[in-house]
Amino acid sequence: MPKSSFYDEEFYPSPVRQTWNEFQRNHIALAGLWCLGFFVLLVLLGPWFLPFGPLAQNTEAILLPPAWDANGDVSHLFGTDGIGRDLLARVVHGCQITFGASFFLVLLAMLVGCSIGAYAGMSRGLRASIINHLLDAIMAIPTLLLAIIIVAILGTGLMNSMWAITLALIPQFIHHTRDMVGREYRKEYVTAARLDGASDARIFFHSILPNMIEMLVVQATMALSVAILDISALGFLNLGAQSPSPELGAMLSDALETAYVAPWSISLPGAAIFLMVLSINLVGDGLRTALKNRVNQ
Amino acid sequence: MNPLLTVSNLSYSKKDKSWFGKQEHFRLAPVSFELKAGETMAIMGENGSGKSLLAKLLVGVARPSAGEILLNGESLHDKRQRFQAIRMIFQHSKESLNPALTLGSLLEEPLILNTDLDARERKRKIEETLKLVGMLPEHQYFYRHMLSEGQRQRVAVARALILNPQVLVADEPFAALDPSVRSQTVNLLMKLQRDLGLGFIFISHNLGIVRHISDRILVLEAGQLVESGKTDVIFNWPKSDYTRRLIHAYQALITRDE
Repeated sequence: MPKSSFYDEEFYPSPVRQTWNEFQRNHIALAGLWCLGFFVLLVLLGPWFLPFGPLAQNTEAILLPPAWDANGDVSHLFGTDGIGRDLLARVVHGCQITFGASFFLVLLAMLVGCSIGAYAGMSRGLRASIINHLLDAIMAIPTLLLAIIIVAILGTGLMNSMWAITLALIPQFIHHTRDMVGREYRKEYVTAARLDGASDARIFFHSILPNMIEMLVVQATMALSVAILDISALGFLNLGAQSPSPELGAMLSDALETAYVAPWSISLPGAAIFLMVLSINLVGDGLRTALKNRVNQ
Repeated sequence: MNPLLTVSNLSYSKKDKSWFGKQEHFRLAPVSFELKAGETMAIMGENGSGKSLLAKLLVGVARPSAGEILLNGESLHDKRQRFQAIRMIFQHSKESLNPALTLGSLLEEPLILNTDLDARERKRKIEETLKLVGMLPEHQYFYRHMLSEGQRQRVAVARALILNPQVLVADEPFAALDPSVRSQTVNLLMKLQRDLGLGFIFISHNLGIVRHISDRILVLEAGQLVESGKTDVIFNWPKSDYTRRLIHAYQALITRDE
């Protein structure tokens, strides 16, 4: 008799897959995801297709309007700024710096925050309450303000502002991880895992972490939009990336002087920041709704 | 015949540290009993009488303040041996299964931690165990939310059985099930117990089931052992007032139903 197993052929969505199915139903969030995907591609591949470098000056084309303007030139698609630098190249490189830096600092903050949060969630007593209350107090301060304080101590520069924002984002991750781990830790499936003989570390990595991944993704998208805004804000205030760097916030503050003559030099980097943050927020919000729908199913 | 499980003077007290000095918070007075292989013992009592606590002490979730538990005449110092020999079925099967893992990886966990089987042997063991509790091998690809309550209970039983334990401790395993699934589960457990020769300790409020499947009964009141004995004796000639009340309450409920 042939051994047939139609259950193997049937498809059973895993929790991650279910979340994705829920996410797909939200069209606006899906549009946000496409937009975010476009930015990721732009950041990864964009610089290879650009004819000009972000710092190269074309002295014959100063304050050239974008190509769609009557006076524009197609060789500088987004026009040029006050000292003849190609704006398209600068915006693409700016996205690379702002988005890339935010991505890595969120990754780092998540790693550190989750480790500390997991430790705090699984420990009891004085140590846990010190971590909890101290960090909850820090969370009351906006991250940008915290970052400004840290930059004031460390000094200006892109690297320092990245450290500052990382440090400012960590408490959020700790808070959410600690909450989640603490909540899950009391559930019966953890007791069951312990009765299987699992150690605390194994319980965290094999039992609790699979349940946390989605929460972490949602938190990471929220943190990413905060990080992008903060990096550009610090750049704008001349506390982060410094002037020749094509960081989007620094570009905005550079272009302030020529804002009336060449409004595109301020509106295009601004639009880039806006679109990035909007798409990330849409994705994050869609993920959160999808997650809620899945859990309430 | 030697007893499989010997519990002697097992007690538990929780000290409550408050500003006004230490207080004894809750206590399970010394309890002693023996369980033979293939025997079923029921633990009865009101809510908060220490039934679940006793179960937790037996499986090792909580640490007893005094007394000892002997398995086949040997004390249980080795944690690994204990986890393997005494397994627990939880009251809420839904919550005792991890929602993010497939049943396969859920059942694999105890095998990885307690046995030296390789991946293929583990898979075979999981399939065997699933069949044993009346499920399909394909259920290993399922997640918790795809199962009905009765199936979840079966998975919980499978999880307890997968390490070939000698004693099964169940905390109200039938409480959340509807009557037909409940009798299925009861029959499943009785059959498995007969086939595998397990010692079975369970907690239940349902005196009908207690009377149906248990050989002996332990009655607890507020952490004190009120009486213990054969099921027939306890039901027909209860010695203490408390037991009599429990039985009367149950019988009153039945006659009202009819």
